[in-house]
Amino acid sequence: MSIAEDTKAADLPDPYSIPLEELDPSNGDLFAQQKHWAYFERLRKEDPVHLSENEEFGRFWNVTKFKDIMTVDTSHQIFSSEPSIVIGDPPEDFTLPMFIAMDQPKHDVQRKIVTPTVSPMNLSNLEPLIRERVCTILDSLPVGEEFNWVEKVSIELTTQMLATLFNFPFEDRHLLPYWSDTATSSDQVGNNYIDDEERRRILWECYEYFVKLWNERKDAEPHMDFISLLAQNPDTKDMVSDPLEYLGNLVLLIVGGNDTTRNSISGGVLALNENPAEYDKLRANPDLIPNMVSEIIRWQTPLAHMRRTALQDTELGGKQIKKGDKVVMWYVSGNRDEDAIDRANEFLIDREKARHHIAFGFGIHRCMGNRVAEMQLRILWEEIMARFERVEVVGEPERLQSNFVMGFLQLPVVLHPKK
Amino acid sequence: MARITYIENNGKSHEVEVKDGLSVMEGAVNNMIPGIDADCGGACACATCHCYVDEAFLGKTGEQSDMEKSMLDFAEDVKPESRLSCQMQVSDELDGLIVRLPASQH
Repeated sequence: MSIAEDTKAADLPDPYSIPLEELDPSNGDLFAQQKHWAYFERLRKEDPVHLSENEEFGRFWNVTKFKDIMTVDTSHQIFSSEPSIVIGDPPEDFTLPMFIAMDQPKHDVQRKIVTPTVSPMNLSNLEPLIRERVCTILDSLPVGEEFNWVEKVSIELTTQMLATLFNFPFEDRHLLPYWSDTATSSDQVGNNYIDDEERRRILWECYEYFVKLWNERKDAEPHMDFISLLAQNPDTKDMVSDPLEYLGNLVLLIVGGNDTTRNSISGGVLALNENPAEYDKLRANPDLIPNMVSEIIRWQTPLAHMRRTALQDTELGGKQIKKGDKVVMWYVSGNRDEDAIDRANEFLIDREKARHHIAFGFGIHRCMGNRVAEMQLRILWEEIMARFERVEVVGEPERLQSNFVMGFLQLPVVLHPKK
Repeated sequence: MARITYIENNGKSHEVEVKDGLSVMEGAVNNMIPGIDADCGGACACATCHCYVDEAFLGKTGEQSDMEKSMLDFAEDVKPESRLSCQMQVSDELDGLIVRLPASQH
């Protein structure tokens, strides 16, 4: 460990060693070092709806129990998704409108236009293609030598899928995770990988690229991809002339289809290695895969939080929320809430009611791409089990500094072929 | 108490007795009837307990709330007789109810 990392670790106190009122789970380093679990455990027990205030994000409520999160998520008339769904506020001159951060009725209009891309029917049409790609990726991996699973499998597979949903030029597909990582690198979610100016420059490149695609497609034959659907729909055909709104929705669809599934793919491999008895269950009964997929998504909770803003004074968990207050729903905590999920702090691939998790959110903003995520994970695990006795994690994972994306940078593995 | 018939998308029919006060969704889940997922557990928040109510009972199953309408807005294959089964409460009046289940909930 370097000196810098050492110092960082020392700055992160044990949550039980500090006064409750000073507890603040929003530091991105907590998540990178996996120290957030104890913070949320204490909050769930002692102060489930907890007020924090800091220089970076101002004043915000931490909602940590499953039931309270459900209340906030389903009360969209009280808790607005505007102007932002992450803790930090965007700069005034670079607020990106996107339908996840819009209220009704505009949210409904825009979401409905792109939803057919991820409908069950379109996905079942895509399934053979996804399986073929999964097989190609898995068959090209080195066997018996160490490599980074994140780069060679998680990123590659989700990038190919995303390229298909956008009908994005396949040879340029690496730009998609590049833009996605840029979008989620921001002090608004507790990291400082790049400065704001550089972030804007790269995102405007993304916009320029997609303006080209928009112009090619607006009068072309109808096609089942996000851009054609937006460009050809009367309700959104002018979106391109509002650069911030077009960019905002691009960022939403790119991040939504990228980071989330990518990190669940990595997180599943790690969870099975940390719970060898579960890996044994899987080997004995691969029919558990669909159930395991839900459990992996719960366990990973690839997006740690969503934020709302109170439109009126209200009460939540006995606390008085004031109009204008930020309210942060910590999905990552709700998914470990023992009062809502039996043995919530154990990874159990044959768990009953595995679908009853909060990683996709609930209510009108519930994840639109949940089926795509589940399908990719299911196919991947079916094909992994057909080939490999074990995907062995052989070193410490390296994780992202962020209070939003629960991400992996490195997951060193060695593959052991089936005997 | 009401006798409710759930008909899966493949035509398979399940007739069960459901106690008053439970939801039509709970009637399916408690009797292990496939085709109703109910991811959110009955909070009208996920639209994975979608069903089609038989015409004869449309007048007895109540009105959709705004939230139910919003959630159904994003479900698949929504028809005029679509309901979220977690939002229909069982009573004697629903005795004989028939609901049909869609091809998939998620």
